[in-house]
Amino acid sequence: MGRVVVDVMPKPEILDPQGKAVANALPRLGFGQFTSVRQGKRFELEVEGPVTAEVLDAAARAAEQVLSNPVIEDVVRVADIEADAAATTASAGLA
Amino acid sequence: MATRIGVVTFPGTLDDRDAARAVRLAGGEPVALWHADADLHGVDAVVLPGGFSYGDYLRAGAISRFAPVMGEVVDAAGKGLPVLGICNGFQVLTEAHLLPGSMVKNDHLHFVCREQELVVENASTAWTRDFADGQHITVPLKNQDGQYVADERTLDELEGEGRVVFRYEGVNPNGSRRGIAGISNVAGNVVGLMPHPEHAVEAGFGPDGPRGPRTGTDGLGFFTSVLHALVG
Repeated sequence: MGRVVVDVMPKPEILDPQGKAVANALPRLGFGQFTSVRQGKRFELEVEGPVTAEVLDAAARAAEQVLSNPVIEDVVRVADIEADAAATTASAGLA
Repeated sequence: MATRIGVVTFPGTLDDRDAARAVRLAGGEPVALWHADADLHGVDAVVLPGGFSYGDYLRAGAISRFAPVMGEVVDAAGKGLPVLGICNGFQVLTEAHLLPGSMVKNDHLHFVCREQELVVENASTAWTRDFADGQHITVPLKNQDGQYVADERTLDELEGEGRVVFRYEGVNPNGSRRGIAGISNVAGNVVGLMPHPEHAVEAGFGPDGPRGPRTGTDGLGFFTSVLHALVG
């Protein structure tokens, strides 16, 4: 079983009211160092079998056509979640 | 024979009964249309009412766009069928690409429910011809994701082509760009707005009006407009 992760964020020019509300709450909880918060969405798409180039291509199209609305959002990542994790572990010298 | 106006019900639609009632009070015959039925049953116009279709999951109106009935609505709208999207229905129309732009969460983050004054900026659409350009009307407004957004070029186009049909008057209740409350497509047969005309169609139940509390019936003009447009 493979899994593709799709990250969608509000466009930079669109005011993100939810992120702003979170940003306003953080200092009240002692997290004063964060100057701004933007809130997006993460989708995990599962497939039978491995994540092939075709699967990634289909996920990218789904991301553009359904999972995001290009008027207000950008698709910032479409990636094989396992491959990403392995790469991160390797680069951290933990593999 | 009475003009037949379809009112679509999606799972999570709330205002379909009120919309049907508004059609009846205006003198039309409401026809219930079902989201899963890819058939408009020969109606002369369609209303997409308000509510939280499919729970507003993903984005408001995003999943409704793929309902079987919407394929028919999009085709028919392209051929000139009058379509009115109210609140969630407006969101569905933007997701279906029948109208430009989109709605995001209100700038103040709160659900807003108020009697809202609007200016009719284009009284030549299928849904506004019984109004006059510049006329002030008051209808209820109730939304969480009502902030209309579009890029500057799209906004300039809408303004230049007279497609800003309604603008908020007095107060901008949700941070909408340029105070836009409702827009139309180029042909003027498809109109979407966030406020709710179907809740201001009968004295005793609407907003306060010049004749006293709850006497406002400014919403009725939307429904008489389309009946006149179809008969005329």
